[in-house]
Amino acid sequence: MSATVNLLPLAGVGLVVLGFALRLNPALVVVGAGFATALLAGIAPVATLELLGTAFVKNRFLALLLLTLPVIAVLERHGLKQHVQTVIVRLRAATAGRLLLFYLALRQILSMIGLHSLGGHPQTVRPLLAPMAEAAAESRHGLLPAAERERLRALCAGTDNVGMFFGEDVFIAFGAVLLMQSFFADNGIELQPIDIALWGIPTALCAFAIHGARLMRLDARLAREAARAAAGTQP
Amino acid sequence: MISLPLIYLLAGLFVARIAWLSALDASNPRRAMTAAFWGLLALSFLIGDRLPAVWMGGVVVALALLAGFGGVRAGRVEPASADRLAAAAARFGHRLFAPALVIPLVTVAVVLFGADIGWGEWRLFGSEMLTQVGLGLACLLALLAACALTRTSPLRAVEHSRGLVDAIGWAALLPLLLATLGSVFAAAGVGEAVAELVRAWIPVDNRFVVVLAYALGMAGFTMVMGNAFAAFPVMTAGIGLPLLVQMHGADAASLAAIGMLSGYCGTLMTPMAANFNLVPAALLELRDPYAVIRVQIPTALLLLAANVVLMYFIVFRNVA
Repeated sequence: MSATVNLLPLAGVGLVVLGFALRLNPALVVVGAGFATALLAGIAPVATLELLGTAFVKNRFLALLLLTLPVIAVLERHGLKQHVQTVIVRLRAATAGRLLLFYLALRQILSMIGLHSLGGHPQTVRPLLAPMAEAAAESRHGLLPAAERERLRALCAGTDNVGMFFGEDVFIAFGAVLLMQSFFADNGIELQPIDIALWGIPTALCAFAIHGARLMRLDARLAREAARAAAGTQP
Repeated sequence: MISLPLIYLLAGLFVARIAWLSALDASNPRRAMTAAFWGLLALSFLIGDRLPAVWMGGVVVALALLAGFGGVRAGRVEPASADRLAAAAARFGHRLFAPALVIPLVTVAVVLFGADIGWGEWRLFGSEMLTQVGLGLACLLALLAACALTRTSPLRAVEHSRGLVDAIGWAALLPLLLATLGSVFAAAGVGEAVAELVRAWIPVDNRFVVVLAYALGMAGFTMVMGNAFAAFPVMTAGIGLPLLVQMHGADAASLAAIGMLSGYCGTLMTPMAANFNLVPAALLELRDPYAVIRVQIPTALLLLAANVVLMYFIVFRNVA
C-alpha cells in the first residue's frame, strides 16, 4: 500500500471519540477537535477559522427548527397536550405499542413518496406523538415510573428517526439517491435513480420488521414495569 | 420573493428577541452569557454571509466556549396552571390541531408545488433550499393561525417559547457545529486516511469480508462524521468502487443503496448526528441526553447485520 496518505488527521477522530467518552460538552469537543485536526493536517489557524466560519454560515439552515417553537409554545399553553391525551384515552384500542407501530408504518410510507417533511421531532413528536403515547400508556397501566416515561419518549423520537431514515431513500428525488448517482457518474458509471431507490426497499422492509417487532413488545414491557413500580410502593 | 435570506431574517429576528429577553431575565444565573450566545446566533442569521469568513470562525469559537463552559442557562418562564390548561383544552378542542398541522402541510405544499407558483418569469419562491424556505413560511403561517385561534399576540408567543428555547439550549447549535467539523475533516483528508487503513488491513480477495468492511465502514465512519452523506463518497471511493464493483463485479446501484442505508444505521447510534439524536432528547426534556441513542441501538445493530446479509446476496446476484 502507498504511504502517501497522511494519517495524522485521524488523531482528530480520536479526540472526538475521547471527548464524548469523557462526557465533555459536545460543542466544545467538536470545535476543539476541528481545530486540532486542521492543525495536524497543516492548515494554518487563520485558514481554519475561515473554514469553520464558511461551513457554519452555509449550514445555518440546520438551526431553523427553532422557528417551530413559538407555535408549539402557544398551542401547549392552550392545552394541546391535555387535549391530545383526552382524545387518546377515548380510543380504547390505542396502546402505546400499536400507536408507535402505526406511526412507524405511516412515516416510512410518507417518506417513500417524498413527504418526509410531514413528520419530525419538533413538528410531530413533541406536540403530538409523545403525549399520545404517554396518555395511551398511562390510561392502561397507570402512572409510569419516571425512567419508563423517559424511555417511552425516547422511543417516540427513535421511531420517528427509523421511519424517516428507512423510507426516504426509496424516494427517487431524495438527495441521498441523487448523491449516489452523481458519485458513480463522476467515476464513469451511469446509474438510474429508480434502480438505486428500488434497492432501498429490502432494507426498508427489514427496518419495519425489526423495529416493529420491538414496538410490539412495548406494551408487555410497560405493563411489567408499571406493575413492578406499583408493587414497590406498597409497604 | 420568498427566499432563504428572508427566512434567515425571520429566524434572526426571533433569536435576537430571545437574546434580548434572556438579557432582561434576572432569574437566569448567567444571563449575560446566555444573551451573548443567542445574540451571536442571531447575528449569524442576520448578517452571517456578509461578514468575513474569519470573523464568523471567531463567532463559532465564541459560541462553543460559551456553551462549553456552562454559559447557556435557562431563565424562568411562568408555566400555565393545570386548571387553566384543562379549561383551554376543553374550550379549543380539536381546533388546536389545525395550527400544528399547518407546519407539515404547508412545508410539503411548498416543496411539491412551490417551484411552479409564479407569473411569467417571476417566481414566488426562491429556488435555493425550498424545503427550508417552506418550513420557515409554514412556521410563520402556523404561528399566525395559533395566535388568531387563541387570541395571543405573536410577541407574547415568542416570550412563551423562551422556555422551550432554553430547554434545548446549546444543543440547537450542535448540528451546525458538527457540519463545520465535517468540512474540516474533509479538508484535512480524514476520509482518505480511513480508507487507506481499511484497505491495508483486510484480505481484499474475500468478497464477504470486503462487503462486511464496506457496510461496517459506512456505519462506523457515519458515526464519526455524524452524517452518512459525508461517509458515502469516502467509503465508496476507498472500498466500494475499487474492491467491490471493479474487483468483484458487484452491482453498483444495489451496493450504493444498501451501503448508504448501512450508514444510516450508524446515524442512529452516534451523538455526532445531534439533530436526530441529541436535539430531540432536549426537545422532549429527557434527563439523559443519550436516551434516544440508547433506545435506537438494538434496532440499528440488528438492521446493520441484516444489511450485510442483504448486500452479500443482492450485489453479487449477477456474478457467477
